[in-house]
Amino acid sequence: MMERSLLQRSLPALAISLLIAGTIFLAFVEVGFGEAKVDEKDSVSNRYIANGTEETGSSNLVTSVVVNYRGFDTLGEVTVLFLAATGVGALISMLPDDKKKRKGPAPSLIMAYGGAVTIPLIALFGVYVFLHGHLSPGGGFQGGVIIATAFLLFLIIRPDRSTPHGALSLFESLAGLSFVGLGLIGLAVSGIFLDNVIAGFGNLGDLVSGGLLPLIYIAIGVKVGSELSGVVHSMRGDAP
Amino acid sequence: MNSAMFLAIALLMFIIMIALAVASVRSKDLIIAAILLAGVSLIASFAFVLMRAPDVAMAEASIGSALTAIIMVYAIKRTKRFEDDDNGGGHQ
Repeated sequence: MMERSLLQRSLPALAISLLIAGTIFLAFVEVGFGEAKVDEKDSVSNRYIANGTEETGSSNLVTSVVVNYRGFDTLGEVTVLFLAATGVGALISMLPDDKKKRKGPAPSLIMAYGGAVTIPLIALFGVYVFLHGHLSPGGGFQGGVIIATAFLLFLIIRPDRSTPHGALSLFESLAGLSFVGLGLIGLAVSGIFLDNVIAGFGNLGDLVSGGLLPLIYIAIGVKVGSELSGVVHSMRGDAP
Repeated sequence: MNSAMFLAIALLMFIIMIALAVASVRSKDLIIAAILLAGVSLIASFAFVLMRAPDVAMAEASIGSALTAIIMVYAIKRTKRFEDDDNGGGHQ
């Protein structure tokens, strides 16, 4: 009796899932995957290595692939991370919040003062990594994760302090919107989503160069940093 | 760096990584197991630097050895710290 009502309740969800699956199947059934044979000389990777620096204005070739040639995939990755963070937050907020259990012992003096000295340095390094993503190794994702590490250290040394969860969500949403907005600039100017329309801007190797790439990496850095900070924050267990 | 030295360092790192992973599986204390897994990630990030992938090394060092470990520790705090024995008697 109970099981039948459960089945009846989940029928609409099942129908919607089947509809979405059918749409995706119909969209891709015409695409012939792996049909054309590509010559070694004309392969995509050789083209990136030969022309990547001139076409994107980024001296880091990894960045020119991740943000420019495969920028749409990066948008998908950021969406996956957003869904994962949202799922963790939703799951944790259903648990009963026992304040007694999470109040651990206060951190030791060395931990508290060492953390107070190193947190600004770690956060600054994170910002450096995503600002210089088009010049040196690293980028938006790595810089954002380093910033989340600084936030984590703050949560450890000040367990009694309330944290700005609303501000984290605000930064996350603004960064995600600006990533899509920067992509729409390309769509409006040249008709290609996430096209680097001002690729020749600045001298190669300068901090202000690479066109839209540093701006996109700043958006990714802020988004990843606030998202992973939110995950750590809700795992600690005082979500509002 | 000559290639023999490179090979020696790489082999040493792989042996340490395997040893840490085995110790993590065998540990009954789940917090110690999480910390040993963070050690595996730390050595793996050195290995990525050696393989000239500094981008991946940065992500591995900060995610694998900091964020993942602390998320596991928070999850262990919400459940219980010690794995049960095979005969069913828990420590706690």
